[in-house]
Amino acid sequence: MALGSYKRPVRWHIAVFLAPAVAIYTAIMILPLFGTLQLALFTTVDRELVFVGLDNFRTLFGDVRWSDSFWNALVNNTWFFIIHMLVQNPIGILLAALLSSPRLRMSAFYRTAIFIPTILSFVIVGFAWKLILSPIWGIAPGILDAVGLKSLFAPWLGKEEYALTTLALISVWQFVGIPMMLIYAALLSIPDEILEAAECDGLSGMAQFWKIKLPLILPSIGIISILTFVGNFNAFDLIYSAQGALAGPDFATDVLGTFLYRTFFGFQLQLGDPNMGSTIASAMFLIILVGVSIYLFGIQTRLRRYQF
Amino acid sequence: MAMSGARQSLGRSAAAHAILITYTIIALFPVFVIVINSFKTRKAIFRTPLEMPDAESFSLIGYQTVLKQGDFLLYFQNSLVVTVVSLTLVLLFGAMAAFALSEYRFRGNSLMGLYLALGIMIPIRLGTVAILQLMVATGLVNTLTALVLVYTAQGLPLAVFILSEFMRGVSDDLKNAGRIDGLSEYRIFFRLVLPLVRPAMATVAVFTMIPIWNDLWFPLILASAEETKTVTLGAQVFIGQFVTDWNAVLSALSLAILPVLVLYLIFSRQLIRGITAGAVK
Repeated sequence: MALGSYKRPVRWHIAVFLAPAVAIYTAIMILPLFGTLQLALFTTVDRELVFVGLDNFRTLFGDVRWSDSFWNALVNNTWFFIIHMLVQNPIGILLAALLSSPRLRMSAFYRTAIFIPTILSFVIVGFAWKLILSPIWGIAPGILDAVGLKSLFAPWLGKEEYALTTLALISVWQFVGIPMMLIYAALLSIPDEILEAAECDGLSGMAQFWKIKLPLILPSIGIISILTFVGNFNAFDLIYSAQGALAGPDFATDVLGTFLYRTFFGFQLQLGDPNMGSTIASAMFLIILVGVSIYLFGIQTRLRRYQF
Repeated sequence: MAMSGARQSLGRSAAAHAILITYTIIALFPVFVIVINSFKTRKAIFRTPLEMPDAESFSLIGYQTVLKQGDFLLYFQNSLVVTVVSLTLVLLFGAMAAFALSEYRFRGNSLMGLYLALGIMIPIRLGTVAILQLMVATGLVNTLTALVLVYTAQGLPLAVFILSEFMRGVSDDLKNAGRIDGLSEYRIFFRLVLPLVRPAMATVAVFTMIPIWNDLWFPLILASAEETKTVTLGAQVFIGQFVTDWNAVLSALSLAILPVLVLYLIFSRQLIRGITAGAVK
C-alpha cells in the first residue's frame, strides 16, 4: 500500500465527492469575501471604479463625517462584547455546573426550557422585550412595583445611557443557552474516577469545582469566548429589530453591523455606498481575524489539554 | 456526621433548584406573556397583562388582523422552501465532502480541510456587498434561489467539520468488506456510511436550520420583494406597520414563535444528545 510505489489510477470519486461543496463554498463565500476586500480599495466616480488604494480606510478612520460613526460603533460593539463576557458566560457556567450535578432531578426540563430563547429569532426577541419594557404597556413597571422598586423603572431602551446595555442584556438572555450547553457537555465528559479521587482527598462542592472542574473545562470556555466574540462583532438583527436601522436613540446602540447596513444599503435619504460599505466590512474582517488569531495562537496553544 | 452530610446535600440541592427555577422563569416569562396576551381583547391586554385570558377577555381579533393583512401563509411557505432546500444541500454536499476528507489520503487533504473550515470563524455576512453584486449580475435578486445558495455556503463549513469527525469513527473493516464485495465508492458512501452517521446528521441539521429560519440580514438585502419574503422578514415588516395595533403585533409574534417552538420540542432530545456527544469539543 506504500504511496507512490506504483501509479494509481486517477481517483475521480474524490473529486466528485468534493466538487459540489467546494464549488458553492468558493463561489458564494470565499470569492465574495475577497471581492469585498478588493472593492474597499476602489471608489466610484461617474459609475466607473477608480483605484484609490487605502484612501477609503483613511476616510473611515480619520474623516470626521465617517470616523465619528465608526469609532462610536466600534466602542459600542466592544461594550456589547464585554457585557456578554461578564454576564452571559458566567451565568452559562453556573447553570451548567448546577445541571451537571449527578443527582439533580428534572434536569432535562431545565435544560430544554432555558435553551428556548436561543432558538427564537432576533425579530421575536427584539419586539417581545420592546413591548415588555415599554412604559405604555407597563409590564416591567408593574413587576417592579410589586417588589416595591417602582422608582427604579426607566424607559431603558429609549434612554441613551441605558439603551446599549439593555440590548446587550437582552442578547445575553437569548444566548445564555449556548455556553450553558457547551460547558454542560464538557463537565459531563470529565471521568468519574477523577471526581472520586478528588472526593477521597476531601475536595467536594465548590472547592471541587474551582480546583478540579474549572481547569478541565478551560478549553471549552476558550471556544465559547471566541464564538461570543465573532457573534458579537457580527451582530445586527437584534438592534435592527428593536431600534431600527438608525440604532437609536441618537446612535447610542449603533454597532458595526448596523453601521455597515446603513452605509452600503442606504437608508431614508442617504444612498448606499458599496465601496465605503466594503471598507467597513473589511475593517470588521480585520477585527475578527485579529481576535481569532489571538485565540488560536495566543490562548488555545497555551491551554493545557488533558487526555482521558 | 452522616446526618449532617445528608442535610447539607439536601440544602445544596434545594439551592440548585431555586436558582434553576428562577432562571427558567426568566427564560420563559417573555414568551409566556406574549402568547397569553395575544388571545386577549385590547382592553384586557393593558388592564391585566399578567392574567390568563378568561371567557370575558378572550379574543382572536389580533389573529384575524394578521391573517387578513399579512400574507403569512406565503411567507411561511417561502421560509419552509428556503430552509428545507438549503438544509438538504448542506447535508448532502457536506457529507460527501466530509467523506472525501476523512476516507481518502490524497495530496492537499489537510489543506482542503483547513480551507473549508475557514468559514466557521469568518461570517459570510462580511462578503455581503460582493454577494449582492453577484446576485444582481446573475439576475437572482429577489429569488429564493439566492437565499438557498447563500445559506448552503454558510452551513457547509460546520457541517463538513462535524461530519468528518464522525466519519473517522466509522469502522474500516466494514468499508473494506464492502469493497471486497465489489461495491463502488459511491455505494459505500450512500449505503454503508451515511446510515451510520445519521445521529451526527441530525445534530448538523438542527444547528444549520435555526440560523437559516431566523435570519433577517439576507432576506432584507437579497429578497425583500413581497413574493419572496420569509416569515422572519414578513413579521419584521408587518410589526413595523402595525406598531400601534397591539393585538395584531402580539398575534404576529406568537405565530412566529409557535412553529419554531414545536419543532424544537420535537428535536430537543436530538439536539442535546448531539451537543453532549462531544461534536463541538
